[in-house]
Amino acid sequence: MSSGFKPGREGGVIARFDAAEVSILRSLLSQILELVEPGPGSDDPLERALGIGPSEQPTDPVLARLFPSAYEDHELSAEFRRYTETTLREGKRADARTMLDSAAPGTVELTREQAQAWMRALNDVRLALGTRLEVTEEIHDELAGMPEDDPRYPAFVTYDWLTYLQDTLVRALW
Amino acid sequence: MDVRPDLPWLTIVWNDPVNLMSYVTYVFQAVFGYSREKAEKLMLDVHHKGRAVVSSGTREEMERDVQIMHSYGLWATVQKQS
Repeated sequence: MSSGFKPGREGGVIARFDAAEVSILRSLLSQILELVEPGPGSDDPLERALGIGPSEQPTDPVLARLFPSAYEDHELSAEFRRYTETTLREGKRADARTMLDSAAPGTVELTREQAQAWMRALNDVRLALGTRLEVTEEIHDELAGMPEDDPRYPAFVTYDWLTYLQDTLVRALW
Repeated sequence: MDVRPDLPWLTIVWNDPVNLMSYVTYVFQAVFGYSREKAEKLMLDVHHKGRAVVSSGTREEMERDVQIMHSYGLWATVQKQS
């Protein structure tokens, strides 16, 4: 199991991954890229060309968590979403692609900029997985008491590992 | 906290079970330029009280802050100061 991130040269970070770990990361990132499509955008071609996106909160709980409503008021929220969700989707896709492009077995050295993209992409992956698994703040303790033949066990172990990875990354960047 | 009466809009960050305490603190420091102490206090407020006001200003400024919070995966909303 990867021992997580350590500070690297010139403000960057460094970590070691084995092939199995990289394959888990790549598979999760591909799922994020599938889920967070560049669209759907508006039905009006002019609005699409202007980058104007959807106004309604996504129905999928993971997408709803990745793209939350900015206002309690429905109308204000819809207006905000129309002008921001497309940019937000592009940013999340760019972060996931940066991580996908630089995740490889062996030693991974990241610049500060790449490391920040990894930090956000890891967070998106954890948000997606955490929402699907309906995790609570007690997940780490819950996992310790969970029998290994519990059907949720592998996913919880993966989530816990991602948490550890992200935490070491944040601390290496501080 | 800058809550002058002429700047009546707030950015609120809400607690959720996924975002790490270290990450949330890091984001508050990186985005708002807060000291580690201030960022940690705000993070703990989010964690224990369920929400915290992280910035205040014009509505446009708060919409920009919320958009940045969402880009980091934090659950944030804009609210008019009551």
